[in-house]
Amino acid sequence: MTSSGKKPTDISRRSLLGTAGAGALLAVSPFSINILRAQEQTIKIGFPVPLTGPYGTEAQDQVRAAEVAIAEFNEAGGLNGRKAELLVRDDKLNPGEAATRALELIEKDKVNFIVGSLSAAVQLAVNNVTKERGVIFNSISQSDAINEIADFSKFTFHEALNPHMTAGAVGRYAFPKFGKKVAFLTADYAYGHEMVRGFREAGKAVGIEELADIRHPIGATDFSTLLPRIQALKPDILCICNFGRDQQIALKQATDFGLKRNIKLITPILLYTGRLAAGAQAFNGVIGGTSYYWGIEDQFASAKAFNDRFRKMHDGKVPSDYGALGYGGVKTLLMAAKEAGSVESEMVIAAMEALKYDYYKGPQYFRKCDHQSVQSVFIIESKTQNQRNEADVFDVVATEQPNEANLRSCESLGHKA
Amino acid sequence: MAGLTLDLIGLQLFTGLALGAVYVLLAIGLSLIFGMLTVVNFAHGAFYMLGAYVGVYLLALGGNFWLCLVAVPIIVGTIGLVVERFLIRPLYGRGIDYPLLLTFGLSYVIVELVRIAFGKAGYPFDTPELLQGAVDIGIGYFPLYRLFVIAAAGVVLLGLWLFLERTSFGLIIRAGARDPQIVRVLGVDVARVWLVVFGIGTGIAALAGLLAAPLQGVIPEMGGPILVEAFVVTVVGGMGSLLGAVLAGLLVGVVVSLSSLFVPEMAKVSIFALMAIVLLIRPQGFFGRAGLMS
Repeated sequence: MTSSGKKPTDISRRSLLGTAGAGALLAVSPFSINILRAQEQTIKIGFPVPLTGPYGTEAQDQVRAAEVAIAEFNEAGGLNGRKAELLVRDDKLNPGEAATRALELIEKDKVNFIVGSLSAAVQLAVNNVTKERGVIFNSISQSDAINEIADFSKFTFHEALNPHMTAGAVGRYAFPKFGKKVAFLTADYAYGHEMVRGFREAGKAVGIEELADIRHPIGATDFSTLLPRIQALKPDILCICNFGRDQQIALKQATDFGLKRNIKLITPILLYTGRLAAGAQAFNGVIGGTSYYWGIEDQFASAKAFNDRFRKMHDGKVPSDYGALGYGGVKTLLMAAKEAGSVESEMVIAAMEALKYDYYKGPQYFRKCDHQSVQSVFIIESKTQNQRNEADVFDVVATEQPNEANLRSCESLGHKA
Repeated sequence: MAGLTLDLIGLQLFTGLALGAVYVLLAIGLSLIFGMLTVVNFAHGAFYMLGAYVGVYLLALGGNFWLCLVAVPIIVGTIGLVVERFLIRPLYGRGIDYPLLLTFGLSYVIVELVRIAFGKAGYPFDTPELLQGAVDIGIGYFPLYRLFVIAAAGVVLLGLWLFLERTSFGLIIRAGARDPQIVRVLGVDVARVWLVVFGIGTGIAALAGLLAAPLQGVIPEMGGPILVEAFVVTVVGGMGSLLGAVLAGLLVGVVVSLSSLFVPEMAKVSIFALMAIVLLIRPQGFFGRAGLMS
């Protein structure tokens, strides 16, 4: 986390010197300053993520992965010699804090782009700022709302999956396989609600029977009081629609209560860091979706290259799912800028829209109407046996190929197709 | 509500008792310390968390869970002794808010030290092999480990009761709780009694943390929310009353459990509603002595 540790005074001193130097040069020759500018001005990418708070582990991994994208870009010569720089800020998982940091990044640090956020509410807050200021924002956490016309602007891009795609893919895989009687255990906020909606939409095609949607407050530490009722309902499948530590505790306690004996547990997003933190026992046999798992390197050369570079830069560790999004979010913008030959917003937007890319997880592209990255969803199952190493925790059991049919239609989001 | 059977209600009650067992263990230490020392120990949650982390550490060294059940309370209890001797003792006689602020700050220091030493991400804590899985208790399947937690809480309570009622040191503790001045006049070293009480209280908190670890895993912040609940239990039971802490702990567990079955959206508020009702009827709680706070 070298970038985040940088004191703000360093930056202001440098820009002060830069301004003074430029001023001095301006007095000498208006020609030389143009050359100086082209070489000196780095491409700045603001990166607000929740370094502190419950998703700190994921956020730090996002920073590590974003550093990989920056390093690759700079080694390849940058944009005609212009290097890129990552400005990491802690948004503390708080929409207000995130909006303030984003505004500072734009006004004070003069960033060219913003990539980041790790919560539906926070990304909408950042997006509000960036769309008003006309700065491109590439969001790297899940949200359905960000695709909708009310929040969308041409400056808004969404590299992450959205709940509709994720829950949809998991539902399409699990409902025909494990049964039609479904119960939900849902964290009572936007993320949980959007995931349940995604499962329901996918379930319509299969004809699932919903037994109950049991809500719990975010940040719950005990689910034992909700589990006897779920057991009594006798569902075939229990969809556990929560995130982070809530997911870990819910899975652990459901395991203890013996729910796995006759109920298949599925989650929309099955978290890599969560699996490491909660252990094999709790996650054993659980199926979920993910935007990235390092194990896909057997299938995709781009994933192999990304993993290898990440391992080299970060003591042999592999990137997590949300970490990889940090890479994807920064990489796409830098490559689009390179394509456009400029960092000017309009030109980069056009280049992003034209991008057909495979940087780390197989083919992807941004849908024109809502700038949602169309990409594959991996269905993974947590395993306890035949682990090759500490990081080998999931089997990829299915892959839903990139397909616009699995997204909500442009019309239904309020866009003109 | 569909599918509501007697078995389900029974199972739900039982779940509440298991939940209450952890509250009881935490509240009993709080109550003991408050009743004796009139110290409102805000670091109690941090000691609870410390218990879980010492368990993680001992297991990593190659210890087993059963050994931890003995070693963890002793190790953390010893830390408690040091805290009482060097941090809290100088504050006696200065009013109730001094130790309160000290322990409040101390809880932040402990949590931060654990974050530095063990990282922010938390650790898995597998249920000990012997206690894995669920057993049929006649009304449905119930996790074996939660039954063990109820039993462990029972054993601790029995031990504590025997210690307080049947030993001469226990007699001094009870006398000291009633009137420390007279006890001092009788030539008893009250400072030593307080030291031991604080050690016992923190040791039991650590044991509660260790017992909770296989239920929810281990993170530095795990002592925060449960401390609030433990305070509610102590207040409902009556500050300083051990019997009150036991009854109120089980009651709070059952109230949380039943409200999550019938009115799930009220589950989180239900314990505070319970506290409000009890305090309206009996401001000192079930068995509290009036005037202890003044």
